[in-house]
Amino acid sequence: MKELVIISGKGGTGKTSVAASFAGLAGRVVIADCDVDAANMHLVMAPVTRETTRFSGGKIALISPEICAGCGKCLDLCRYDAITEENGSYAIDKIACEGCGVCAYFCPAKAIEMVDDENGEWYISDTPYGPMVHARLGAGGENSGKLVTLVRNQARQIAKKNKTETILVDGSPGIGCPVIASITGADAVLVVTEPSMSGLHDLKRVVSIGRHFGARVLVAINKYDINLDMTDEILGFIKDEELELAGRVHYDIDVTLAQIAGKSVVEFSDGQAASDIREMWTNIALALELEE
Amino acid sequence: MKIAVASGKGGTGKTTVAVNLAARAGLRGESAIYVDCDVEEPNGHLFLKPEIEEIRRVEIPVPVIEDEKCNSCGECGKICHFNAIAMILDKVLLFPELCHGCGGCFHACPTGAITESPRDVGKIESGKAYIDAPDGRKVVEFIHGVLNLNEAMPVPVIRDIRKMIPEKKWVVIDAPPGNACSMVETVRGSDYALLVTEQTPFGLNDLELACRTVKELDVPVGVVINRSGTGYTGVSEFCAREGIEILAAIPESMEVARIYSRGDIIVNESGQFASVIDGLLKKLEERTGSAR
Ligand code: SF4
Ligand code: SF4
Repeated sequence: MKELVIISGKGGTGKTSVAASFAGLAGRVVIADCDVDAANMHLVMAPVTRETTRFSGGKIALISPEICAGCGKCLDLCRYDAITEENGSYAIDKIACEGCGVCAYFCPAKAIEMVDDENGEWYISDTPYGPMVHARLGAGGENSGKLVTLVRNQARQIAKKNKTETILVDGSPGIGCPVIASITGADAVLVVTEPSMSGLHDLKRVVSIGRHFGARVLVAINKYDINLDMTDEILGFIKDEELELAGRVHYDIDVTLAQIAGKSVVEFSDGQAASDIREMWTNIALALELEE
Repeated sequence: MKIAVASGKGGTGKTTVAVNLAARAGLRGESAIYVDCDVEEPNGHLFLKPEIEEIRRVEIPVPVIEDEKCNSCGECGKICHFNAIAMILDKVLLFPELCHGCGGCFHACPTGAITESPRDVGKIESGKAYIDAPDGRKVVEFIHGVLNLNEAMPVPVIRDIRKMIPEKKWVVIDAPPGNACSMVETVRGSDYALLVTEQTPFGLNDLELACRTVKELDVPVGVVINRSGTGYTGVSEFCAREGIEILAAIPESMEVARIYSRGDIIVNESGQFASVIDGLLKKLEERTGSAR
């Protein structure tokens, strides 16, 4: 079983378009959309949801006004300014609450309870390419790292059960807790980048994270013909850092049009980008010794 | 007036809009500050190229345990909701990278064995960016936060930045992508949220999520459509249905993409783009009632 995680320093580099195309090219796969903050895979995967499960990322405090003695101890102790006081009555600002439980622990009247902060759902769905695990995190959702781990583990279990060789993970953007949760223990990480100043900057940061977690790092340069000088610079970086180039994708309006049609690029088009992505997949399958 | 520029996801042009809003206001001779709260991947500095004048560390207090005073009662491990402190046999084990600095263990320890010492999680740099106008150099103030690599908690950095923001006619805040804790921490307390989106199904999906989050924060909201002209109408239909105003549309342009990829400020080089940003500034003044 091989797990390939597709990430980008930032969103909008075409990561999901690439991942969706790979799903179509890979044959039998299990797909995991770990971009739980703003999942998009479902828009081009036509999933039919089979199972929905509620997710609680953590706890938040709840004050029972009847029991509260109004001493103000919680207000003094809270380091997140999450306790509000109005005319002697105390309440929790749900958005600011970190769920540390300090107020509940020290409340002399035992007026505070820590309750599950249910702020997401995750799904197992069927798609034309194989099963897909995906999720949705509610507003201000905390602990997306935990949800990412959950989605990945589910995908692995399904892959094991179905004896599927390949797991494709659409990773989380950024470099924080969710992306760390998306790549730990993966066989390989494909970083999709763009030839721009910020693209290179993000690539450098994300590569150092991939390294830190011991993953094999491959790089794809999307829209490489927008700025050939910058593409050269990225190629130089790949060489210096001894990363592997998975491929280059032309700027192609078909990528946007495919999205509008609700299809993956390779399914929608025979154009430049589609053939670049096909070629890239062949390289990756070879590099990872995936069975076609 | 504090304008938070957000988007469900990265890569929609959020930083482009934020940087150019601040730059254009500065060019017109108005007092402006650009604040980058995308602390996991701040990119605004690549375009504004500020001269950094001051660097502040961001620290959170983490416990330090004095072995001689510890009687292994385990209270600290019991109060910690983040598994940052645990009893292994009769020894207290600390995992500083999981610690949220809530102070619970410090307060709970009955023998006074716990003190707190600051742990460095990131930094805030501030200074000035200079923009060349035909009639001389103009200043845009600049603040950004940078989360240390392999650090998972952006919120403390954002919280510290928010405390540092000075009063200016234009406070343009570049929010982190997504809808999770760090985006919420950035947008709450702003006078207006500008959501940048693209005219594609991915863009619409991300916009819907972002709108839901911002509505919960009770901040007035407007939309900027970037790379418009795809022929997709979902975004405008959504805005019409929800009564959300579209304040500006930035046409897809190779020229803009090229200027961006070089890391230059677009309003300085593209008259067409500058007039879109001027229109946006005017509408923001009207909507927030701060027109003079
Ligand atoms: S510590 Fe308990 S009793 Fe005191 S104000 Fe807070 S909730 Fe009320
Ligand atoms: S300060 Fe809070 S989060 Fe940190 S170890 Fe102590 S109880 Fe846990």
